[in-house]
Amino acid sequence: MTARSGLPKPRGPLSQALVGALRHAQDMPPDALSRAASADPYGDDLQLALNILYELHYQGFDGVGDEHEWDPDLLRLRAALEATFLDALRGDVAQSFPASRVDEALSDLLVEPARDDGTSLSHHLAREGTLGQLREHAALRSIYHLKEADPHAWVIPRLRGRAKAGMVAVEYDEYGAGHADQLHQQLFADLMTDLGLDTSYNHYLDAASAEMLAVVNLMSLLGLHRALRGALVGQFATVEVTSSPGSRRLADAMRRTGAGPAAIRFHDEHVEADAVHEQLMRHEVVGGLLAEEPDLEKDVLFGIGATVLLEDRFSAALLAAWREGRSALREPL
Amino acid sequence: MHAPAERARRVTIDPGGPLVVEGPVEVALDDGSVERSERPTVAVCTCRRSRRYPWCDTSHRRRSRPPGPAADKDGGGGA
Ligand code: FES
Ligand SMILES: [Fe+2]
Ligand SMILES: [Fe+2]
Repeated sequence: MTARSGLPKPRGPLSQALVGALRHAQDMPPDALSRAASADPYGDDLQLALNILYELHYQGFDGVGDEHEWDPDLLRLRAALEATFLDALRGDVAQSFPASRVDEALSDLLVEPARDDGTSLSHHLAREGTLGQLREHAALRSIYHLKEADPHAWVIPRLRGRAKAGMVAVEYDEYGAGHADQLHQQLFADLMTDLGLDTSYNHYLDAASAEMLAVVNLMSLLGLHRALRGALVGQFATVEVTSSPGSRRLADAMRRTGAGPAAIRFHDEHVEADAVHEQLMRHEVVGGLLAEEPDLEKDVLFGIGATVLLEDRFSAALLAAWREGRSALREPL
Repeated sequence: MHAPAERARRVTIDPGGPLVVEGPVEVALDDGSVERSERPTVAVCTCRRSRRYPWCDTSHRRRSRPPGPAADKDGGGGA
C-alpha cells in the first residue's frame, strides 16, 4: 500500500488530453469542455478522466505535481464532466428508483431476499465463484478499498451535531480505531496479498472497468460538494446497510476456495463492523441530518438510488463477463 | 475543582434488532463463558440467530418471499 502508481493509459480524447496536461503541462484543447458535455456519462473516457481529476485530491499520481489539485482549468473540466455524470444519474434514478421517503427506502434495503434471483454477485461468488473470479473482483474493488472511507471523510465538516458525531464514530472504526494495522484499507491490502495481488495504490486502475470507476467517482463527487452532502449520507448509508449479508457471502466464498486467513478476515470484520455501522448510519447520521435539515430528504434519496443503480450495473457487468467466459478486467490478471 | 460526574452509558434498542452500546463490552453467556468486544460501538444480538453470537450479524433481518422489492443489494461486500 506504500507505492503510488503513475498516470493510467488514456481511454479516449478527454482522458488523452487530461493525461497530456498532467504529464507534459500541455494546455487542454479548446473543445475539451464541449466534449465533456457530450461524452457518454457512464463510458470509459469520461469515467477515467473524472477518476484522474478526483485522484489529485487523494494520493495523486507518481510524477504529477501536487499543484495541479487546484488548477482552475482542470477544475473547470472536472465541473463539466461532473455535470454530464450527475445529469445522467438524476435522470436514471428518477426512472429506476421512485421512492419518496428515506425511511421506506432504507427499510426496503433491510429486507434480505429469501433466495437469489440470479442478479446477485455475492450470491454467485458464495455459491460457485472461482478463486480467479474472487481475484478479479478484489482487483476491481481495490480502486475503492485501498482508500476505503476516504471519500466519506470529506463530508464531516459539512455536518453538525448528531449526524457529525455518528459519522465520525463510523469513520473511526473504518480507520482502525487508532490502530494502523486495523485500518480497513490495510485489511484489504492484506486480503489482496492472500490472493496474490499487487497491493500498490491504484495498481489496477488500467484494469478497472468504467462500471467500477463510476462507483468510486460517485463517492468522490458527493463527498467533495457541500451541496451534495445529503446524497453522500444516502450513499454511505446504502453501502453500510447492505454490506453485512454480502460480506458474509464473500467470507463464505473465501473459505470455500481456501483463499487464506486475511482474505476471510476482511469480510468477517465487515459482517460485524457493518452491523454496527448500519445502526449508526440510520439512527444517528441519516436521522440526525434529517432532523436538522429536513429539506435534504430528496438528496438522501438520490444518494441511495444512485448507489443502487451503479452497484447493480457493476454486478451485471461482472456476471455477464464471467457467463461469457471472459475476464471482467480490461487487462486480465 | 470537581471531577465531572461520570456520564451514564447509553444503550439504544433497535426494534427487532440488536442492542447498541458503547464498547468495550463483555457479554456473559449461559455456559459461563465471557465474550469481549473492543469495538468503539458494539451491536449485541438479541434475536439469537447470529452466526457470530453474541454480536449482531444482521441475521435478524426480515426475508422477502422471492424476489422482494429489495432484490439483492450486494453492498460490495464491505464498507
Ligand atoms: S440481533 Fe442482529 S443478528 Fe441477532
Ligand atoms: Fe470498512
Ligand atoms: Fe463500514
